[in-house]
Amino acid sequence: MRVGWYSTGAALSILFLFPLLWGGYESFQGQAGSGQETGFGFGNYTAMAEYGEGIATYLRNTAAVSLMTVVGTLVVSALGGYAFARFRFPGKEILFLATLAILMVPYATILIPLYVVLGELGLQNSLVGLSLVLIMFQLPFAIFMMRNSFEAVPRELEEAALVDGCTRFGAFVRVVIPNAAPGLLATFVYAFLFAWDELLFATALTEQDAETIPIGIRNFIGNYNEEYDQLMAAGVVSTIPVLIAFFATQRWLVKGLTAGAVKG
Amino acid sequence: MLYAAPTAAIVVVFFLVPLVVVFWMSANRWRILGSPTFNFPDNYTKIPDNQLFLDSVSFTLKYTAITTVLLSGIALALALSVQNSRPGVGLFRTAYFLPGVVGFAAASLLFYAFYTQSGPLDDLLIDLGIADEPINWLGTPNAALFSTIGMVIWRFAGFNMLILLTGLQAIPLDVYEAARSDGASRWQTFRYITLPLLRPTIALMLVLSITGSLLAFDQFFILTRGGPDGTTVSMVMVIFREGFTRFDLGSAAAISVLLLIVLVLLNVVQLRVLGRNR
Repeated sequence: MRVGWYSTGAALSILFLFPLLWGGYESFQGQAGSGQETGFGFGNYTAMAEYGEGIATYLRNTAAVSLMTVVGTLVVSALGGYAFARFRFPGKEILFLATLAILMVPYATILIPLYVVLGELGLQNSLVGLSLVLIMFQLPFAIFMMRNSFEAVPRELEEAALVDGCTRFGAFVRVVIPNAAPGLLATFVYAFLFAWDELLFATALTEQDAETIPIGIRNFIGNYNEEYDQLMAAGVVSTIPVLIAFFATQRWLVKGLTAGAVKG
Repeated sequence: MLYAAPTAAIVVVFFLVPLVVVFWMSANRWRILGSPTFNFPDNYTKIPDNQLFLDSVSFTLKYTAITTVLLSGIALALALSVQNSRPGVGLFRTAYFLPGVVGFAAASLLFYAFYTQSGPLDDLLIDLGIADEPINWLGTPNAALFSTIGMVIWRFAGFNMLILLTGLQAIPLDVYEAARSDGASRWQTFRYITLPLLRPTIALMLVLSITGSLLAFDQFFILTRGGPDGTTVSMVMVIFREGFTRFDLGSAAAISVLLLIVLVLLNVVQLRVLGRNR
């Protein structure tokens, strides 16, 4: 019974992990026509680095979009989540509903008008414009998460800080934020994974010099066809950051999620 | 309130305004260049003549149905197999979930290489004696559909398993103990305890899977590129194509509005069903 369970589990794990391991292995294999004909080495990586504008351009754009999206999402949702958790203000209910409504509206259906709106704002073909759109899509989850995290922080902690002479904003930054760290971390990781991989809006809203890694991958496939070892090098380079983000935060991720869910 | 101002600004400018604009655009002849002219309801009346869109609707529905059935069945089996804590169970959960962290683009790339004709998958199947000759994984409409579904299941099975796991772990242990002391078999326990108590979680998983599949884009844009012969073009790909290949933003907006209304209604119905089960 127990042996059966372990061997089934191991077989399934291999099935799920095999494509990743295989891709990593192939990326170091030599290939005819690349810088490295045989054996083990970095030939595929150097070929990728020199292909077209170079994979570095795509990576830089993706890193910039991800950074802006993550920082923007954290700042906006921390402030907004705090407002929803602690204050009463006119329009509070409507704003909260409008934010959650983003989940109800299929994201792809506002692609066309967003293209026009960004054009009016002079943000077409701009990484900043793309990031603002991605922040908007992250807000329902992030606001919900942050509001619940802040509600779980005892009010007494804040009041003590206020008595000690902190300003309201000072108490927010020094006392409330550190106590909501798991929620912030979960928000951070989800925003990062989302921004790193977003394809539809990145394709529609950017051109040549602002293209991100998912677009780069599509271009690579179109141009490389059969030489999949080099494609694998691109895959590895674009996957390492998300794997690092996942493993570095895995432990808190589940905690943050359940904390958010329990309070819901 | 100052704290809520950034949220309000982003929600209004990048969500509420576009939501209004899409309706207005759908009522205009709106090309990428030149000024728009009001032409309601032309963009709508030409939808039934848009063969590409009609094909994409039936294709997307087919894809959604097959994916949802397979994905939820596999996710349920995985979740049941790792629901009890034993030594090593965490490793299995992580292994099943890990493909979900990999981006859709990178996953498509990986499977594109896998599916190369006479590539690694063909070699493996021929070595094992399962296949006699190389298979054209992406070459025929059905092969392309199922090859894509294979990738999607690989990537999302673990994620759906995790959703189900949260539901499974919310079932109190004493319910199982009571069933066991009443002499219930394993199948009876599953059929009359686990399944009914898990129903809200299963419903949530189905909603996510259905909505996600109806909006499929990445997998067909990268892995099959809509091919062969435009047989794997999803609905969102048609919106993209109307807007950015044919530069007819008015027509793209009209299709968007149609999808928007249908999917919002579907969401409302699904949420009703979910709410009733709670």
